[in-house]
Amino acid sequence: MQESNLVKLAAAAFVAAALSAPALAADTIKIGVAGPHTGDLAPYGLPSKDAAEMVVADVNAKGGINGKKVELMIADDQCKPEIATNVATKLVSEGVNLVLGHVCSGATKAALGIYKGAKIITISPSATNPPLTKSGEYPNFYRTIAPDDDQAMLAASFATDKLNAKKVAILHDKGDYGKGFADFAKEAIEKGGKAKVVMYEGIQPGAMDYSAVIQKLRKEGADVLIFGGYHPEASKLLSLMNKRKINVPFIGPDGIKGDGFLKIAGKDAEGVYATGPMDVSKYPLNAKAREEYKAKYGKEPGTFFDQAYAAMLAALNAVKVAGSTDYEALGKALKSSQVETTVGKIKFDAKGDAEGVGFAVYQVKNGAFAEVK
Amino acid sequence: MDFQYLFELLCGGVVKGSIYALIALGYTMVYGIIQLINFAHGEIYMIGAFVAFIVAGVLTLTGYSGLGILPLAALIAVIYAAAYGYTLEKIAYRPLRNAPRLSPLISAIGASIFLMNYVQLVQTPDFLPFPELVPDFEFLGDLTQFMSSVDVVILAVTTVTMIALTVLIKYTRIGKAMRATQQDMVMARLVGVNVDRVISATFIIGSVLAAIGGVLIASRTGQINSAIGFMAGIKAFTAAVLGGIGNIPGAVLGGLVLGVAETFGAGYISSAYEDVFAFGLLVLILILRPAGLLGKAVKQKV
Repeated sequence: MQESNLVKLAAAAFVAAALSAPALAADTIKIGVAGPHTGDLAPYGLPSKDAAEMVVADVNAKGGINGKKVELMIADDQCKPEIATNVATKLVSEGVNLVLGHVCSGATKAALGIYKGAKIITISPSATNPPLTKSGEYPNFYRTIAPDDDQAMLAASFATDKLNAKKVAILHDKGDYGKGFADFAKEAIEKGGKAKVVMYEGIQPGAMDYSAVIQKLRKEGADVLIFGGYHPEASKLLSLMNKRKINVPFIGPDGIKGDGFLKIAGKDAEGVYATGPMDVSKYPLNAKAREEYKAKYGKEPGTFFDQAYAAMLAALNAVKVAGSTDYEALGKALKSSQVETTVGKIKFDAKGDAEGVGFAVYQVKNGAFAEVK
Repeated sequence: MDFQYLFELLCGGVVKGSIYALIALGYTMVYGIIQLINFAHGEIYMIGAFVAFIVAGVLTLTGYSGLGILPLAALIAVIYAAAYGYTLEKIAYRPLRNAPRLSPLISAIGASIFLMNYVQLVQTPDFLPFPELVPDFEFLGDLTQFMSSVDVVILAVTTVTMIALTVLIKYTRIGKAMRATQQDMVMARLVGVNVDRVISATFIIGSVLAAIGGVLIASRTGQINSAIGFMAGIKAFTAAVLGGIGNIPGAVLGGLVLGVAETFGAGYISSAYEDVFAFGLLVLILILRPAGLLGKAVKQKV
């Protein structure tokens, strides 16, 4: 009974798909844009959506690619793995050719298996979890941002070499992204041998209090705190630290390097270090894209805008070079064809990481992130 | 043995526990009187924090500043939360007063989801920076190691609130009526207690306590969003059960035990398992004392 219902359901879905398909027709290139567009992590996803829309408007105005218009399929995953799989299934069933996304590592990982099965290239502007490329498990995955271990190694060397830390405390939010960053930082510091990791712990995201962890931080005499996670927890930690008058330099990953963090942490953000993608404003394409964004939206573009813009350019370039949206041809084009983007001239290595992108350390000064030279 | 560290943790635990206790009181009072677990209680706490945020924002914009903001914001938050609590009871629970016990429970879960999403829609799903309403107390000096100025305010406010609650329940007319209703609702009605009014009052008092807790915690962590009520609600509910649900001193004791146990677990073992300690302790105590720390085992009436 149940089985026959399933069959009916599948048949209905198929018919529905078949009915809606002609409207879209086969003569557009369908690109999915998946990421958090609502919820508390939306500030990380919306800039990517804007970037995709800008690139596509530009390309379509010039007649599209290989004579075909580009069509965007916007999908909101709220950075939640369970929603991301639904989003991926929906995009695949609607015949997506290529996906820009997802934004959060956890959600990306959850969705990738589905894209892999359907042979759909996925380019993330922001998922920095290293195994996504390095494990070799997802040959369909590419990204225009450097992986976390690069970032964590930079954070670790910054702590020991620039801040001369001897005792490092490492905290993380137990998520894929935060713990990944923390693990690599710990490994890098232990390998470096210049400092000791005196504390390594996960904290409960969303908890109303972290005072025990903060007391421990003082007890262990840590002289630097490296935190892996997102801005709500980071600002909560900072707020509690400042109220207890604990002034330990705070280094976070790019998950806190954004306006969301500056807004919530307020004056607690002052002096905080964060690693983030290198300053790319020197590239002419980047300056142009940002100008256009400001003209259109009247504000500075947000986090991952550059990476998403670059991912979109790389994707469309690959489609053009490959002459189709065939999986194999696209993969080959991404790996072989250099393209001028908002994050510099890039192509992808055998594992899917972009060559020529990297990280720098920033510090909050007067309410804005400034690169530490 | 590092006694300073021990004492630091103890202070942190007591502060946290007193907030749990404040919210737990709302659960336990409502349960004591109508045997309902009011799952929307955590949302009232969240709404309290939101109202205080808005009031503080408006006051700051109008150039009003200083210590006066906190009491004023808290006062308006309390009034709002009381109104929400009262309305909630009227709409979601009163029509189900004589329904099977599961119905109001489901209604409570629905109300909780509704309120959370309502705030998300009319306000924002984002995190918001809660202003620092408590100034640094200079006189604390090195004592900030143990307790920041916000912590001192939290302890003072919760202590005063709990004393006021005790006086209210023990020595006032409405308190007497509440105790009578708790013992036997039918009998109380027979001797002329307006039971509906007593129940409304219970919801109002519980909501007031939750709103105070919300304002205090928000000014401590410096941020709020529409989902903060969920975890706070679960923890406070745990505290209420731990102490013996329906028992008012039990809720306070349960809150403190829970807060201190969590902080010690996090401080001495690992904060990654903070929630494990909290709920592990709950399981342990319920195995040893199924009615909770101070709860009395009641024979089920058949």
